[in-house]
Amino acid sequence: MSTANLDPTLNTHGAHAAEHEEEDHRMFGFIVFLLSESVIFLSFFVGYTVYKTNIPDWLPAGVEGLEVREPLINTIVLVSSSFVIYFAERFLHKENLWGFRAFWLLTMAMGSFFLYGQAVEWMGLPFGFTDGVFGGTFYLLTGFHGLHVMTGVLLQGIMLGRSFLPNNYAGGEFGVAATSLFWHFVDVIWIILFILIYVWQ
Amino acid sequence: MSNASLEAIAAKSGQPFPGAPNNWQRFFSFSTDHKVIGIQYIVTAFVFFLIGGLLAMVMRGELITPEADLVDRTVYNALFTMHGTIMLFMWTFPVLNGLANYLVPLQIGARDMAFPRLNAAAFWLVPVFGILLMVSFFVPGGPSQSGWWAYPPVSLQNPTGNLINGQVLWLLAVALSGVSSIMGAVNFVTTIFRMRAPGMGWFRMPAFCWTVLSAQMIQLFGLPALTAGAVMLLLDLTVGTSFFDPARGGDPVLYQHFFWFYSHPAVYVIILPVFGMFSEIFPVYARKPLFGYKFVVVSSVIITMLSGVVWVHHMFASGTPSWMRMLFMFSTMLISVPTGVKVFAWVATVWGGKLRLDTPMLFALGGLICFLFAGITGIMLGAVPFDIHVNNTYFVVGHFHYVIYGATVMGVYAAIYHWFPKMTGHMYYEGLGKLHFALTFIGVNLNFFPMHPLGLMGMPRRVASYDPEFAYWNVIASLGGFLLGVSTLPFILNMISSWILGKRAPANPWNAIGLEWLISSPPPVENFEEIPLVVSGPYGYGSHEPLVANHPAGELNSEHS
Repeated sequence: MSTANLDPTLNTHGAHAAEHEEEDHRMFGFIVFLLSESVIFLSFFVGYTVYKTNIPDWLPAGVEGLEVREPLINTIVLVSSSFVIYFAERFLHKENLWGFRAFWLLTMAMGSFFLYGQAVEWMGLPFGFTDGVFGGTFYLLTGFHGLHVMTGVLLQGIMLGRSFLPNNYAGGEFGVAATSLFWHFVDVIWIILFILIYVWQ
Repeated sequence: MSNASLEAIAAKSGQPFPGAPNNWQRFFSFSTDHKVIGIQYIVTAFVFFLIGGLLAMVMRGELITPEADLVDRTVYNALFTMHGTIMLFMWTFPVLNGLANYLVPLQIGARDMAFPRLNAAAFWLVPVFGILLMVSFFVPGGPSQSGWWAYPPVSLQNPTGNLINGQVLWLLAVALSGVSSIMGAVNFVTTIFRMRAPGMGWFRMPAFCWTVLSAQMIQLFGLPALTAGAVMLLLDLTVGTSFFDPARGGDPVLYQHFFWFYSHPAVYVIILPVFGMFSEIFPVYARKPLFGYKFVVVSSVIITMLSGVVWVHHMFASGTPSWMRMLFMFSTMLISVPTGVKVFAWVATVWGGKLRLDTPMLFALGGLICFLFAGITGIMLGAVPFDIHVNNTYFVVGHFHYVIYGATVMGVYAAIYHWFPKMTGHMYYEGLGKLHFALTFIGVNLNFFPMHPLGLMGMPRRVASYDPEFAYWNVIASLGGFLLGVSTLPFILNMISSWILGKRAPANPWNAIGLEWLISSPPPVENFEEIPLVVSGPYGYGSHEPLVANHPAGELNSEHS
């Protein structure tokens, strides 16, 4: 038995080292989390497809179908915002902080427009959450996605706020990258959702 | 280093210095040390193990006579629901997470998990949802009575009409358990991918870490499906949607798909780490390298991948079309191939070895024997015609209790005894350990073997009363159940008394090979003074290669083999 194993010296600067390491692993962990999250959406999509193909009187009585025009405008805005946020990140990498803020704010505005558009659409619909399986799945899918958009806008707001904090911005690098990735993720999910619900009627 | 400076360092870090007696209070605090969190998980899990076990003994008490005379049928339904739920969500997952939490960073040479605070948060959700489940005993209508799988339309019944009822609390607890498990899985996957010590390539990683990685992958990609189903069921119960309500156009079979898409792979979340423990323990007590290490590792990965395509074998009797039943029968049978590879590897490891029958080895061998039996009945159940014959009978109950109690509980016991000196710095009492093993092994077989003949005779599960022709085997099973209850007493006595009074454990009491055995028992805060440089694979028993390059104890390896 070597006595060296029992050497009780503590690594007192270890706590700092661990924090830096945690920073490095965050993006990896976040991607792993998003992969897991996508399975929830996938499950809902599978559920929707199973119901739609199996239930004979799919639409509730008196409902003809869904209006596509406004959701399409919404879709275009949301998809475009993915490009806008990409440019915001590019500005940040070039250390153009005001360019970053402008494009970041534009992304937030487009996300908010999407949420507003969805709220308007919801209020105008002739069926509710409890009107059969169609109503249930419609509000479940769009609502669950809407929650994600809301989370995305909230995260963007936090990152925008942090960009004004003195000396704190370097630590926000991961936050911006993760928020941006999350936004692309929410966007891709919406494209699938739009095709599933609005195009395939 | 003088004692005074040691104490200064200890005071500064707020942790006891290595070799000092464990300060029990830190196990009740929000610690981010993976070792503390690991033990917190394990102890919490065992508290619920005793509660779940007591519920089981009430059930066995009910079943000792054919009539429903001890508890009424409603209570009995609540008992088996809560027993299953507690044992799976409050015992198995937490205890395995606890062992993995404790061991993985040590075995891969990391100072902690990738996200220590997330790790602590994931643990503290466990008592929260545990309490949520316990509260359901006191709400009007009592706890959920729909079984741990909560199939609609049974689970959609709400006779009391209360919004807060046992089923809603059950769903919230399961959802929280899912959140906790996904947090844990993100942490484990990141840790294993990103934080292995330099030199530890994928094929130098201990088999246990491989199985944890495989199991956590299943959590990541299976659990969201259960969460989706649980959310929809919760909406049906509370808001009034009709996803699973057949009376209003819903599809209850879809719930079964969501449920089993996760809950079947969940059995591999449970059994894979146990396979990992077997793979760690057999080489140490047989003094031989793990036979076919790469095959053992790759078979875990194959089991993980196959686990995603077998869930429908739980639904052979749910009106599933025949072509689908054939397909899933085939994929189910296929899983026995990588599993068989592992079993042969363990047998070959033990074969011709100089066996040392300490308690961990006894439990591992006992667990392997039970697992073999469970595997054989599992292949039988995978066959559609046989499955339909014994569907919803005690044969199924016997099969999965051999997996869960026979293999998993015994595997966990083996692991706890094996790493107890490392965790606590004290040796356990061998005599009490052997008594514990004897009672457990006899209890398991006495309790769960009779369920197989009962099932073949046609005794249905989930019933409080039965035809007197089934009485003979039921009496034996009940006696076995009570014996299992008794078997936990020497275990608890052993753990508590040896933690306080047991003789001091050296760094490597078993002369085992592995990074965790190179550091003191219990390991210091942050585990490694210097991150080890790994230069050879695990299990090099009999080889002269050292395990690590920059650690003086690395050379112990060749002396001890």
